[in-house]
Amino acid sequence: MRWVVRIGSLAAVLALWQLLTASDTRAWLRFDQLPTVVEVVERFAVQVAAAEFYHDLGASLGRIMAGFLLAAALGVALGVVIARSRWLGDLLRPPLEVVRPIPAIALVPIAILLFPTDEQGIVFITFVAAFFPILVSTRHAVRALPTIWEDAVRTMGASTPQVLVRVVLPGTLPGVFGGLSVGMGVAWICVISAEMISGQFGVGYRTWQAYTVVDYPGVIVGMVTIGGLGYLTSAAVELLGRRVTRWLPREALV
Amino acid sequence: MSVHVRSLTVGYGRATVLSDFSLDVGPGEFVVVAGPSGCGKSTLLRAVAGLVPFTGAITVAGQAVRGPSRDRALVFQDDGLLPWRTAVRNVELPLALQGVPRAQRRARALEWLDRVGLAGFGDHLPRELSGGMRQRVQLARTLAQQPSVVLMDEPFGALDAQTRASMQDLVTEVLSGTTTLFVTHDVDEAVLLGDRVVVLGTGEVERRRDAILAAVKA
Repeated sequence: MRWVVRIGSLAAVLALWQLLTASDTRAWLRFDQLPTVVEVVERFAVQVAAAEFYHDLGASLGRIMAGFLLAAALGVALGVVIARSRWLGDLLRPPLEVVRPIPAIALVPIAILLFPTDEQGIVFITFVAAFFPILVSTRHAVRALPTIWEDAVRTMGASTPQVLVRVVLPGTLPGVFGGLSVGMGVAWICVISAEMISGQFGVGYRTWQAYTVVDYPGVIVGMVTIGGLGYLTSAAVELLGRRVTRWLPREALV
Repeated sequence: MSVHVRSLTVGYGRATVLSDFSLDVGPGEFVVVAGPSGCGKSTLLRAVAGLVPFTGAITVAGQAVRGPSRDRALVFQDDGLLPWRTAVRNVELPLALQGVPRAQRRARALEWLDRVGLAGFGDHLPRELSGGMRQRVQLARTLAQQPSVVLMDEPFGALDAQTRASMQDLVTEVLSGTTTLFVTHDVDEAVLLGDRVVVLGTGEVERRRDAILAAVKA
């Protein structure tokens, strides 16, 4: 019964969209310029059959994965280091705190100047975007770790590296995955924006390209594709997170 | 292995929690330190475990305590298990840290779980076990570690009376002959378990201990 309501609500929105655009409604908001649902679906069918579509998908996904994985590795490592070593915290935090409030997308000019290829610049933007949420949530998770687990393992004779591997990393995973989820979200925002500004392939580039050549159904196809990719990658992070934090009491799941 | 504590003083910030405290535990002796909350008995254990800085001297088996070591196992009141490891993997942990090969440590961990009455519960996560069972797992883990000295910090403080009684029996059985320093605020428990009871803090506890000992002897 609830499924009927859910699907019905989605169908109603699509029907309203079709109605407003097909009738070229202009009531302050202008629907006459927007493509109809039918046009978008037809356009989607054409694009899905073309190799270019998959080339763009591959390009965007490759950038996301490269930037996000780099951010995850470095964000977790630095988050742990900053939380656990006062000296390294003092050394690393000031420059990081200065860069952190700058939205990653504002670094596009720097990325263009700094990197030999646009490709590397886009990955850099994506990396910066995902890096800070992961770093900050890792740092908080390490700080919030109950000391009793570390005490227990130390009195079993664990060395510092053993404490990191056996206690700190597994114990902070719930918090780290919170940061990974947020990081994946902002990584998509930034990869699409960066592609629109300086890309040569990719879903973001294709979407903006469609807009500049007045191919409005193509714009909507691009938007829907981005939404789908964002959903799939976030779901993948979420699923992995649930698997590795299965030990948590259910209600505390991040 | 004997434990010698000489003129132990421990402070957190400006507060002195223990001051000029001395204690000797003979090889194989089960000594209970009893006292009210806040008297410094947990701090004493943490100092012997090497987890807090102190002044004075602590030696275990002739060696000065400078930091934590697998030779001095600490059993916590609750939540001392790693919640993401199953019971058997918690018991395996000290063996893993010592580099015991996987198959061998699994077999030994299962034996210890069996010994504390938890055969068949190895695959359970700590949150799937009751408080008493979790303390049994901690005990199995401690036994697997084979330390020279066992330090127990109110290990049954969070348990109901019945579970506590069965745990006390178990501890008496499996730790007999092991040098143990056991901390509790419960004077009855202290008198029941200890070869010797040391009182930390107010004279009230001391009077209670003597009254119970007199009653037991009468």
